[in-house]
Amino acid sequence: MSNQNLPTYTLSEMKQEAVCCTPTPILQVRDLAVRYSNKAVLSNVSLDIYQGCITALIGPSGCGKTSFLSTLNRLTDLHPTAEVSGHILFDGQSVFDDTVDVLALRRRIGMIFQRPNPFPLSIRRNLELPLKEHGVRDRYTRQRKIKQALEDVGLWQEVYDRLDGSALSLSGGQQQRLCIARALVLEPEILLMDEPCSALDPIASNVVEKLIMGLRGRYTVVIVTHNLAQARRVANYAGFFWLNERVGKLIEFGHCRQLFEAPTDALTAAYISGVQG
Amino acid sequence: MAERVFTSVIIACAALVVGALFWVLSDVVSKGFAHISWAFLFSEPLDAGRSGGIAPILVATLWVLVIALVVALPLGLAVAVWLSEFAPKHLRSTNYTRITLDILAGIPSIVYGLFGNAFFTLYLGLGYSLLSGGLTLACMILPVFVRTCESGLRLVDDDWRRGALALGMSRPSAVWHILLPAAQPAILAGLVLGIGRATAETAALLFTSGYVDRMPESLLDSGRVLSVHIYDLSMNVTGGDDAAYGSALVLIILIILLNALAQCSADSWFKRRLNKA
Repeated sequence: MSNQNLPTYTLSEMKQEAVCCTPTPILQVRDLAVRYSNKAVLSNVSLDIYQGCITALIGPSGCGKTSFLSTLNRLTDLHPTAEVSGHILFDGQSVFDDTVDVLALRRRIGMIFQRPNPFPLSIRRNLELPLKEHGVRDRYTRQRKIKQALEDVGLWQEVYDRLDGSALSLSGGQQQRLCIARALVLEPEILLMDEPCSALDPIASNVVEKLIMGLRGRYTVVIVTHNLAQARRVANYAGFFWLNERVGKLIEFGHCRQLFEAPTDALTAAYISGVQG
Repeated sequence: MAERVFTSVIIACAALVVGALFWVLSDVVSKGFAHISWAFLFSEPLDAGRSGGIAPILVATLWVLVIALVVALPLGLAVAVWLSEFAPKHLRSTNYTRITLDILAGIPSIVYGLFGNAFFTLYLGLGYSLLSGGLTLACMILPVFVRTCESGLRLVDDDWRRGALALGMSRPSAVWHILLPAAQPAILAGLVLGIGRATAETAALLFTSGYVDRMPESLLDSGRVLSVHIYDLSMNVTGGDDAAYGSALVLIILIILLNALAQCSADSWFKRRLNKA
């Protein structure tokens, strides 16, 4: 690789132009509302997620950020009582269309959870299972992709000699990076991250944060975080959610710097300066 | 002081239970051991069981057990998976199914015997046969097996479920590759309970597999299982006590061996699921 400062990512081409200067929306969310058992948790959310950028979602607990993430890959389908209304366009097609292949959609939009959740299988099998599931039959292709994904998250050097050991024997930070590798191995376009560092110690959290920053330009990342400093460090765009009459609302959305340095809404200003929330 | 009393009461209770068990075991071992020999295991009973051996009885016992397990295991696992993963959770009928299973699990085995006699022996025309007996036992162990496996599956970490689906895995393959292996201890516990109950069953088999002590020639032949043999020797045959003790010891050893076998084979099956390339 020509640029010495960058880790060598091979799964996806590095886009040469500065993507965030000419933003192209990859996800367009309009008037999104979510209800669980007839109780509204999120309403009237409209925003664009830009390709190749990192978008951070901040706000107090319980204001619907996680529900918002789950609508993007239709994980809300799992809740029998969840009702979603509004529109989400992914590459111009509605995510909620009946003709959408949900399994293929989830391959294109990966998700990382708050608690690292590697399967109780070997490290290799954790990565192999999704590949097999999505029809990668050739063993050598699978092995190549597994190695690449582990290199991409900086885990290869740490685990190459114990790939058949249990994934649960890894440390918390390693487990979370394994989960990121498990998502990356499917070559998704978008990665949704739900507080990926909140269950990790500061050092592991730092490693994962660096990793997330390295994803910029190659993947589109939407990250929910309670760590405002982290949001400020990693994100290009930021959205601020707030509970309004017990329903989550998007208060402000814009360039990360603008949101943190010159928020237009008084609530945003109060939250980021630590007065409220 | 109170703590010391409490501790000694608990120790006394434990000693009582272990002591009673040990007493029964030592009684069976001391009186039965002298009677066991290769000839006893491999020859036909003579003089109503007073002399001779238990070969046909062992064969009938194993056949009945095999039939019961072959029918109950796949069926029970399927029902458990349906109840824990696919049945609509908010529907009453799902809950009623569970309650029904719990009630069925508590029904005395002699009632199962009557049902098996009416349904398999008479209605389906299978007669007094190993097949009738095995199927009746299958009905008897199903409820416990289903409920044990189901609660095991429901205890599996929800993070794994969501993780699998977020990777675009289908629900059946999430069940097969992740949830079932993760629920291994519960499935094994259900299996051990089932084997124990089926091997030791007497009442349900009196009406279904019968008590002919000839070597069974086919599954439609009647056959006498070990527990029925012990019952007959100690209740109906004067001078049959020695043979009864010998058979009881064989039965206990058989149950221990079968449990060990179940443990080993389940272990290796799940290990293969966890690590297979």
